[in-house]
Amino acid sequence: MNKKLIGVSKRAVTSIIKYVFLIILGFVLVYPFFFMVFASFKSNEELFGSASIFPAQYSFEPFIEGWQAAGQFTFTTFYANTFVLVIPTVIGTVISSVLVGYGFARFRFPFKKILFTLMIATLMLPNAILVIPRYIIFREIGWLDTYFTFYIPALLGCSSFFTYMLLQFFRSVPMEFDEAAFIDGCNSFQLLYRVHVPLLKPSIISVVIFQTIWTWNNFFDSLIYINSIRKFPLSLALKLSLDTQADVSWGQIMAMATLSMIPCVILFFAMQKYFVEGVVSTGIKG
Amino acid sequence: MHKGRIKELVIYNSKRRGWVGLLYILPWLLGFSIFQIYPLITSLIYSFTNYSFFNDPSFTGLENFRYAFTRDIDFWPSMKATILYVLMGVPGKLIFALFIAMILNMKMKAINLFRTIYYIPSILGSSVAVAIVWRLMFMRNGTVNRFLAFLHLPQVDWLGSPFAALVCLALLIVWQFGSSMVIFLAGLKQIPRELYEAAIVDGSSAVTRFFHITLPLLTPIIFFNLVMQIIAAFQDFTSAFVITNGGPMKGTYLYGMKLYTDAFSYFKLGYACALSWILFCLIIFITIVLFRTSDKWVFYDDGGKIL
Repeated sequence: MNKKLIGVSKRAVTSIIKYVFLIILGFVLVYPFFFMVFASFKSNEELFGSASIFPAQYSFEPFIEGWQAAGQFTFTTFYANTFVLVIPTVIGTVISSVLVGYGFARFRFPFKKILFTLMIATLMLPNAILVIPRYIIFREIGWLDTYFTFYIPALLGCSSFFTYMLLQFFRSVPMEFDEAAFIDGCNSFQLLYRVHVPLLKPSIISVVIFQTIWTWNNFFDSLIYINSIRKFPLSLALKLSLDTQADVSWGQIMAMATLSMIPCVILFFAMQKYFVEGVVSTGIKG
Repeated sequence: MHKGRIKELVIYNSKRRGWVGLLYILPWLLGFSIFQIYPLITSLIYSFTNYSFFNDPSFTGLENFRYAFTRDIDFWPSMKATILYVLMGVPGKLIFALFIAMILNMKMKAINLFRTIYYIPSILGSSVAVAIVWRLMFMRNGTVNRFLAFLHLPQVDWLGSPFAALVCLALLIVWQFGSSMVIFLAGLKQIPRELYEAAIVDGSSAVTRFFHITLPLLTPIIFFNLVMQIIAAFQDFTSAFVITNGGPMKGTYLYGMKLYTDAFSYFKLGYACALSWILFCLIIFITIVLFRTSDKWVFYDDGGKIL
């Protein structure tokens, strides 16, 4: 065999090794999700007794029983609550981050430099330090146990991550667009919604999907601000069913965990190109 | 220049100046003042008081801090567990993310498919649902141990020993390496190919190329990610709360959990504010140390502009 051929086959072997490694890694990484789905169909004995990931039989009883939850509320309530919590929060985030991002990207105004620095600094401000005084504020104005605790901070641009992300995109739109629009007699707001918003549609979609999934999965804030079971979103409801069952029936819990994730999974796969764009543009978030 | 054109530019510039911009950032100005600056200040004030809902707060000076450092039996163990957790989770995540990004950067087919699959954990990983799955998988007779037995490796009582439980939580961080990987992959794509070609012509090895080209050029991105991930990990709460509930023997009583418990179970709000300021100072200290040392290991192409 000549040298060149050996070189080729050697490269083929390393490439096969790479693929095998990447495929195995992929399986390991998504295994917990498959585990969760299949565990939904298992009884506790089967879950801890059998080595197979697949259930012996597929019965939807855990889904039906789990859905009923323990108390007077079913997962219908928790599911609906989650939507009521998430949708306005996301809309508020989009409105505020578009306006504020536009303001910082395209205007000169007094104290701009220091305000911009402060906005960037809040990216690094730990939530842990704000949560107690915020709780006290919400308690004083009587917003505890309402979703205003989510809506209003979102509408007032408190997730500076999204503002920063959109700002980066505003900067990438050439100034010539603005000039042309002004010369045509647009004012700055018309410029925003007629020119910039259509151009930034992909970035705005990234904001929507990130904020949807984060708010959907947000546990800490819900735990602190929402107290009555009637208002629980899915994250709290899952923890509740884990705590209230004396003899935890894991199948039911896994069934509800699976159902709670479905909207996020659909959103992820339907919109996945926007995810990558969003992550790369800011270079930050994990 | 044409007269009309100059007039147009004057109009154009006049629309960019003055107070209009402030109007656009007004929502943020309000949010920043009400939900960020005001809480930051009041939190500092509360931290010098014995604020709770059951009594009128009175000023206690440095008592909260003295109590935390000297008498609170949970403080140092919680701090130690948190630091250990961050030290295991964050570097583990970033190294793994870089490693996989390097592999995916090597002209592979189906990169997008792998990238998508690897990204899933980081988008759903912080949810309660995943935390419950983790708890179930790491039980003594759970999937992970069954898999270890299958490989003829010793089984671990993951949730029964303080250190193993901490490892179990740190693994949840590492599992979510996908978003960092995507960022690193984008960074790798920015590195000019000519640099590698020149290095190959000079006869340098792959290892040399990694340490002399890839790593230095990626350091700004790595640095920024490191800082942000450390800040996030120091406050982690959900995993410890749902998977281990701080146990066993408070071995995973992460600082975020301690804060939550003191504030919202015992309603020692003043004390919890003091705790949060201790955490804040620690985070600032670590960030400053990282920034100070960064000129030794972070390579800025454009002389240090992050933003």
